[in-house]
Amino acid sequence: MFVLVVGGGKVGYYLTKELIQSGHEVVLMEKDRARADQIADEIGSIVIPHDGCEGKYLGEAGANRADIVAAVTGDDEDNLVICQMAKHHFDVPRTIARVNNPKNEDLFKHLGVDELISPTRMILGSIEQDIPVHELLHLAGLGESELELIEAHLDAGSPAIGRSTGDLQMPEGCALFAVIRDGVAMPLRSDMTLREDDKVIAIGPEDCETLLKEQLIGASATES
Amino acid sequence: MNVVIVGCGRVGSVVAEAFDSAGHKVIVIDRSTTAFDRLPGEFKGDAVRGDGTDEDVLRKAGAEGADVFLALTEGDNRNVMSAQLAIEALHANRVVAKINDPLRAAAYAELGLATICRTDLMSNAILGYVGLPTTGSRGVVAPTGVHAGGEHHHERDGLRSGVRSGPVGLGREPISAPSPEPDSGREA
Repeated sequence: MFVLVVGGGKVGYYLTKELIQSGHEVVLMEKDRARADQIADEIGSIVIPHDGCEGKYLGEAGANRADIVAAVTGDDEDNLVICQMAKHHFDVPRTIARVNNPKNEDLFKHLGVDELISPTRMILGSIEQDIPVHELLHLAGLGESELELIEAHLDAGSPAIGRSTGDLQMPEGCALFAVIRDGVAMPLRSDMTLREDDKVIAIGPEDCETLLKEQLIGASATES
Repeated sequence: MNVVIVGCGRVGSVVAEAFDSAGHKVIVIDRSTTAFDRLPGEFKGDAVRGDGTDEDVLRKAGAEGADVFLALTEGDNRNVMSAQLAIEALHANRVVAKINDPLRAAAYAELGLATICRTDLMSNAILGYVGLPTTGSRGVVAPTGVHAGGEHHHERDGLRSGVRSGPVGLGREPISAPSPEPDSGREA
């Protein structure tokens, strides 16, 4: 596979090294001459010391035959332009952008960037998983759909305790599919009675959250 | 008209002043407050300090639904992003992005963004002045395509109504080149 990496900061540098190690053809573009030379000294002459946002140099780097373009500079606007130019001007089948401001995710997706990696979002997600708030936890987004994998921890105040899962009124398009009890995962059956400290795993669209919260966590949830 | 100008440099400030004295409501946005020194004392519009590629900043400044939105900073990519935010998220009507890389300018015109390219304008002005044939690039390009979002229906909140079915930005109305030189990018 031929991968064109744009941006020779820490991310681009290590990404390039890893890709070479796993046997891919890689070209790295880094506009800062000194930085480009430094990387080239170490990993060889696959570094192009030019701005990957400029169409001319993208072309010279072989964008028209790249299988993937990964835009990993520190600037969102640069990453957007690199991906758009790659996609629409050079017909690159797959574009990946690093997104620093999570608010830009919607715009980037909307404008046709195939995949987004947001370090900010990832760290945020990780922090949320560690904090024992009585809220729903977002475990992951599911591909390109609007669906999310959600975990609900049933505290003493949960209205779902003592009820069987079949009795719960689930929001439309939302499915419960597993219960984690004492560290053991169990597939969900409709006659299963929920207990305190159960963790219920659900899949559903983002907008089902309010209803899901009412059913599994209870009204007091927002106060904690 | 409501006019939003991102980037209060030499060009941005002149255009802001012109719109202002013609009686339009102008909002100028720049990352640096010293840039606003370029505006005349009698400027009646708003000068907002902030990053024009940040949707929150633009919204707060009152850019939503602008009749004219001009992205005129020194950064091609900032202009591209700002202009696309204006079209997709803020539903601005006539949107123009300054893009000094001719290839990028042409590519974005094809993607449905009105672009203005200083490189083309100036090269042609100079070539015309010394009597050499011009490059053929117009410098000011109305969008020829539908703006990108249309093809990719990730209909998320806030962007949903930004999907347009026809050309956006300048649409079919041509704008004349803001250049004093006769031959400089006014090709019809």
